[in-house]
Amino acid sequence: MKYLPLLLLALIWEAVVQLGLVSRDLLPSLSDVAKAGWTLLREGDFWTNGAASLYRGSAGLALAIVIGALAGIAMAWWRAVDALVGPLVEALYPMPKSALIPVTVLWLGFGDGSKILLIFLGCMLPVTLGAYNGARSCEQALVWSARSLGASRLRVLWDVVLPAALPEIANGARTALALSFVLLVSSELIVARAGLGYLIGFLGEGGVYDAMFAVVLVVAFLGFFADRLYQRLMDRLLAWRA
Amino acid sequence: MSGSAQITVESVSHTYRPARGRAVLALEEVSLAVAPREFVALLGPSGCGKSTLLYLIGGFLPVEQGAIRIEGAPVAGPGPDRGVVFQHFALFPWRTVRANVRYGLEKLGLARDEQERRAQAYIELVGLKGFEDSYPSQLSGGMKQRAALARTLAVDPKMLLMDEPFGALDAQTRSLMQAELYAIWQRTPKTVLFVTHDVQEAVRLAQRVVVMSARPGKIKATVDIALDRADPHIYRSAEFAAKVDEIWGLVRDEALKAQ
Repeated sequence: MKYLPLLLLALIWEAVVQLGLVSRDLLPSLSDVAKAGWTLLREGDFWTNGAASLYRGSAGLALAIVIGALAGIAMAWWRAVDALVGPLVEALYPMPKSALIPVTVLWLGFGDGSKILLIFLGCMLPVTLGAYNGARSCEQALVWSARSLGASRLRVLWDVVLPAALPEIANGARTALALSFVLLVSSELIVARAGLGYLIGFLGEGGVYDAMFAVVLVVAFLGFFADRLYQRLMDRLLAWRA
Repeated sequence: MSGSAQITVESVSHTYRPARGRAVLALEEVSLAVAPREFVALLGPSGCGKSTLLYLIGGFLPVEQGAIRIEGAPVAGPGPDRGVVFQHFALFPWRTVRANVRYGLEKLGLARDEQERRAQAYIELVGLKGFEDSYPSQLSGGMKQRAALARTLAVDPKMLLMDEPFGALDAQTRSLMQAELYAIWQRTPKTVLFVTHDVQEAVRLAQRVVVMSARPGKIKATVDIALDRADPHIYRSAEFAAKVDEIWGLVRDEALKAQ
């Protein structure tokens, strides 16, 4: 019921093309797009390119979340780390991450490595900032309680500071998830030999617009689905919050 | 200083240095000796440094001037011999009541079933049976403090350091918790150092009340309380009222100064 407007949009799309209000060269009909999508699915193009994108996206994002969270907590915990890394984070945060595309290609070539590095670098900072703020807001009394119950200084980071920072890390990671789609598809569009972004570019240049639209729709759906899945996971993981 | 003291504080001064603003002398030349199994209340207006003294004994703040010894050894950081209860409970919000109480037992390296058995025993001791799987956010203030007390008692510390533990509770709950703490202390005698700004609470619980003055925090007087606490009517007796009046007289000037 909530998604009724989407259904409406689909109907309008089909109607304006069928009625000839919009040229088929600019917008293929939804039914043609669906047919082209089905062909891509049957012939395996979706699967090979989708697998390449999934691998790059999840590897880059996993690195960004783990290393980003560790960096943020270390910054919050050790003043020296903050002094060293803090200014870098501040300076790099507003940089448009797509500017790194040619740089990572120069370093690691056209394959998976450059995409993973790009997503890692581009998605790390929101997680780092979340972890930093979350760890800074950790109550002193919680840390002291753990210490007086026998936890070592380092153990407290894992037992108390990390879980206390988790809600903020989760917010940062959600931003990172959205960013990873942007970076993945745009880097594959520009320089790649596989991936969903590559497939969009390849079909577009070949003039196969119905198939191109099919891939664009799939990417949009995957982004939506990933965000939904992520929220479900976090609701479960952060169930302890009031 | 008595040779048999468990906690010895000798001429301790402490300066509080906020990140911004000027340094404040929080404690000046404070000396105190607490015997094993003694129940001592540290009483004073806010800002008299009573919590600072507790944190120094707890090993959370470094001793800069003077010395603090626990059973003869200088304090070097926190330890499970000194259990701590904070005003705002300090329960781990991501752990259930059971898992909170189990935390210290995990650190002791006990076998899992022994952890469970002891956690359950202390949960029942503080009257939280049935709430083992609740998260702190699902509990009332009084229940949170019971859970925090169970977590601290479960590791069986020799000393309890309590920082205004009932200060965040409503009057009825506070009264109930005072009675329960007293009963627990009678059953399993531990050394208790209890920080409060509530005169009635101090007289009701402690064997000895240490009155502190504000800015800088010093010990102004020490008052022994010898009440027959087995008598349920003692808290309405003239004897009790006289002690409260005596101590209130000592505290009032300080409270006015602190305003």
